[in-house]
Amino acid sequence: MGAAPASRDVTSYGMGLAAPLALFFLIFFVAPLLQLFWLSLHNDTAGLHWGLGQYLHFLTDPFSLGVLGSTLLLGAEVTAVCLVLGFPIAWLYQRVGPKLQTIIILIVLLPLLTSVVVRTFAWIVILGRQGIINATLQSLGVIDTPLKLLYTQFGVVIALAQVQMPLMTLPLITALGRIDPNLDDASCSLGAGSWRTFFRIVLPLSLPGVIAGCTLTYAAAITAFITQSLVGGGQMLFMPMYLYQQASTLQNWPFAAAISIIFLLAVLAVVSVFTTLGRLSRGYGGA
Amino acid sequence: MADAPSGRSLVVDAVTHRYPSGALAVENINLDIKGGEIIALLGPSGCGKTTLLRIIAGFIAQTQGRIIIGDDIVDALPPNKRAVGIVFQNYALFPHLSISENVAYGLAARGIDKAARQREAQRLLELVQLPTMAERLPRQLSGGQQQRVALARALAIKPSILLLDEPFAALDKNLRLDMQIEVKRLQRVSGITTLIVTHDQEEALSMADRVAVLSHGKLEQFGSPSDVYDRPQTLFVNTFVGSTNRMPGVVVSADRTAAKVRLDAGAEIIARPAGGALSEGGRVTVCIRPEHLQFVGDGTGFAGVVGMSLPLGATVVHEVTTADGSGVKVSQARIGETRALENGAAVRLAPLAPSLANAFPATL
Repeated sequence: MGAAPASRDVTSYGMGLAAPLALFFLIFFVAPLLQLFWLSLHNDTAGLHWGLGQYLHFLTDPFSLGVLGSTLLLGAEVTAVCLVLGFPIAWLYQRVGPKLQTIIILIVLLPLLTSVVVRTFAWIVILGRQGIINATLQSLGVIDTPLKLLYTQFGVVIALAQVQMPLMTLPLITALGRIDPNLDDASCSLGAGSWRTFFRIVLPLSLPGVIAGCTLTYAAAITAFITQSLVGGGQMLFMPMYLYQQASTLQNWPFAAAISIIFLLAVLAVVSVFTTLGRLSRGYGGA
Repeated sequence: MADAPSGRSLVVDAVTHRYPSGALAVENINLDIKGGEIIALLGPSGCGKTTLLRIIAGFIAQTQGRIIIGDDIVDALPPNKRAVGIVFQNYALFPHLSISENVAYGLAARGIDKAARQREAQRLLELVQLPTMAERLPRQLSGGQQQRVALARALAIKPSILLLDEPFAALDKNLRLDMQIEVKRLQRVSGITTLIVTHDQEEALSMADRVAVLSHGKLEQFGSPSDVYDRPQTLFVNTFVGSTNRMPGVVVSADRTAAKVRLDAGAEIIARPAGGALSEGGRVTVCIRPEHLQFVGDGTGFAGVVGMSLPLGATVVHEVTTADGSGVKVSQARIGETRALENGAAVRLAPLAPSLANAFPATL
């Protein structure tokens, strides 16, 4: 960068500083995405005939739509579980002493410090027919035959919820930490009980954190290939595995590309719903 | 408790609070406050005044003692059942609710229907002179306006006691005076027993009917502003409230009402034994306020050398070094043409009256 003329606006730093990252994104993100889109516009696997056949196929095929639907539903369930379980943790974090705070943050972050594969296999051990849950319940005499936990929607939701929990809890902790503790006292002194204080004051003011946490958890849950496949097993098919099968096993690259684009658009639609909600709550959380 | 009568009495009965660590926050505090009084809790930061306020509000359960509002012992009641209104130092308005919703919040919690709530909120906003701000958000208001809203919100629940926690600390000087007058006006209109926590002695003396001075968790004195200023019971009160000169000396003779003290600065003066009986020959600290010292022309009083003179408008403050090397300040009213004192001029000083010099047993 040469010497700037004296009249130059000091706030307009050259875009050149962003160039390395922009170039990186252009080569490794935008270009492959365009290639993917280009590929999806072909009707045959050889990529010779142009057309929207792959999209028509997906959108008219009940099986494919079912996979998309169950994937979006899975995301919603995982997000709901994370929100319901994560909020109390975040709330507790803001109300305990510094020592307990360290312990809570460690527990929250712990999943991030172990490999996804290891964590997922741990869940298989916990949920399996001879797993910890079934063994415990059987030895207590609660059940006679083992429950089917592994390879069920329930199992996938629980495992994913644990894996994605930090993505929900951390934004919630930040959002709750920004709420003036005097507001709690003020509400209480005005005669409001704990529930009214929670629903009228704490929850509305933590909405930015709730929305950020939900967006992150949702996006991460529906694209979690490893956990979905290992805990879900062969019977449960979600979009990432569906995509993988089409691309790697069946070598149907144009259809796999179309699945990717549709999945991408579906995720973007859900995320934009969250962001719109966030904008509607604009008056919240600010000073 | 929706319509608790205003102006109820408040008794703080032998309240002691210990932190979990075992340290004492407040120790054996007794306050007997009549209905409709304005009381200031005055003390430096860390003296326990905010802890006492939070105990009265119910946010902290005291280790020992009782809080009695009117005829009710309220110790078992949570804050939301005590009908105690609080104005927080940072106002603590709900940022996502409109001004009107903020004021009506306590009424909603009491299950009052929406139309009645809005009418009452509007009435209170008129009372605090903000009738046109109902639909705004708190952050669109200035600091003084936010404080008026906080007051209206606290008054909306018709509290039996109103607690103000350093209410004027965040306001600039001119606005502070306006708000002090405003709070006093509102308090007169509503007749609500009011407790103001402050570290600002001028605020305490100007606003309160009675002032409770706290230091290190103990109640030093509880009396009218003139009692606290003119007849301090402890050395702490004498030095914390107003400014004072501390002059060491020895008791020559003493009875209940007067003591003859030989100052180290070199004069015998008559002082009032302020902190209880004094024993002959004992070391004392005599406190004389700068405005209670005068220059004397004859050979009485003690000698000193003028160091510096500061003309402060209505008064002139002279810094005088006495024979024992300590410095005293003398404040002289500017009546007519005050004689300017040269740097290094030799002067003699004496207290205006024996009752204006307070002698306290010297602490080691």
